[in-house]
Amino acid sequence: MASLRDIKKRIDSTSKMKKITKAMEMVSASKMNKAEQNAKAFVPYSEKMQEVVASIAKHTDATHPMLQTREVKKTGYVAITADSGLAGAYNANILRHLNNTIQKNHDSSDEYTVIAIGRMAVDFCKKRNFPVAKSIIGLPDQPSFAFIKDIASETVQMYSDQEIDKLVIIYNHYVSAISQVVTTNQLLPIENMDTTTGSSSQYEYEPGEEEILAVLLPQYAESLIYGSLLDAKASEHAARMTAMKSASDNASDLIDDLSLSYNRARQAAITQEITEIVGGASALE
Amino acid sequence: MKTLTVSVVTPDGPVLEDTYEMVSCKAENGELGILPGHIPLVAPLAISAVRLKRDSGEDKLAINGGFLEVRPDKVTILAQSAEKPSDIDVARAQKAKERAEQRLRSNDDHIDRLRAELALRRAANRLEVAQPR
Repeated sequence: MASLRDIKKRIDSTSKMKKITKAMEMVSASKMNKAEQNAKAFVPYSEKMQEVVASIAKHTDATHPMLQTREVKKTGYVAITADSGLAGAYNANILRHLNNTIQKNHDSSDEYTVIAIGRMAVDFCKKRNFPVAKSIIGLPDQPSFAFIKDIASETVQMYSDQEIDKLVIIYNHYVSAISQVVTTNQLLPIENMDTTTGSSSQYEYEPGEEEILAVLLPQYAESLIYGSLLDAKASEHAARMTAMKSASDNASDLIDDLSLSYNRARQAAITQEITEIVGGASALE
Repeated sequence: MKTLTVSVVTPDGPVLEDTYEMVSCKAENGELGILPGHIPLVAPLAISAVRLKRDSGEDKLAINGGFLEVRPDKVTILAQSAEKPSDIDVARAQKAKERAEQRLRSNDDHIDRLRAELALRRAANRLEVAQPR
């Protein structure tokens, strides 16, 4: 049985840890609220964008490389992870999914490339020798569009330059504060455009449909990447909050257990002392 | 007087939504003036200032990477960034402008001229919009 001092030490260190996890939980909770608001603020933009692109795609026979499927020689995967751990299974889920997808679909490393967002994805790819085309680490908790703009447009450019023939994004979709789902979306070529949402009014195009598509589609693809990132950020904070909450709960349980055995040990020590005194006194009589 | 509902939306959230009498902006191939009752139109916008006019005055916005969707009673501007004069950081724009100019002056092959030029135009546009009249 552990000595009184040992138990006391463990109780102290566990309660210190609990303070930290509790603080981290609260920080993540407030970040999650902010991230959720950001994701909501983005919705009008993406809906409008979707509507205009869909209505153009519906009414014209203008074509654009981004709307056409071509033979896939190389696939680009955008993996969105966090920069740090302590977020439960948040990063592990994404990386496992990325790994499985790559193992299943590709035989050689010439057939794919990864665009790694977040330190976890960068390290994972380096360790496994996955080819990384672009990477970004140190994303702020509330990324603005300007921050992601460069990597998004370079990624879309890779598709335009025919470096990659398909672009897939893997991220955690935010369902609720306690549930995040790994989601895989094909960004390019743009397929399954929901044309029912497009307004029925026929537009005049200035200068022409093809030119409009050439400007619009890259912006549309960039906005999809940004949207996924906002979604992923909200998930990250939610996952971290949940992980820290269960860590705090576990710490409480542990402290309860330890206090119980501390008290028992103390009681045992007192009982023993009394027995010794009584024994000593009766020996003197 | 007939009016138009104008809404300006960016990825970081809606910037403005209000009614105006006229929208004047610069599309990629020339100036556009939109009055109520315009036929439906879609046009990409240059890096430029959008002017929104009504009785009580005129509002300006610095637009970058956007396009315009017009319906008879509603104008929507979708842009990667849209700033009101009060939101523009003049000092930062000034610095960005100097940096871009310096890049363009140097005859280094390593720099991305197109990118520097775009940066210069964005900065110049911001400065112009921010200028009080």
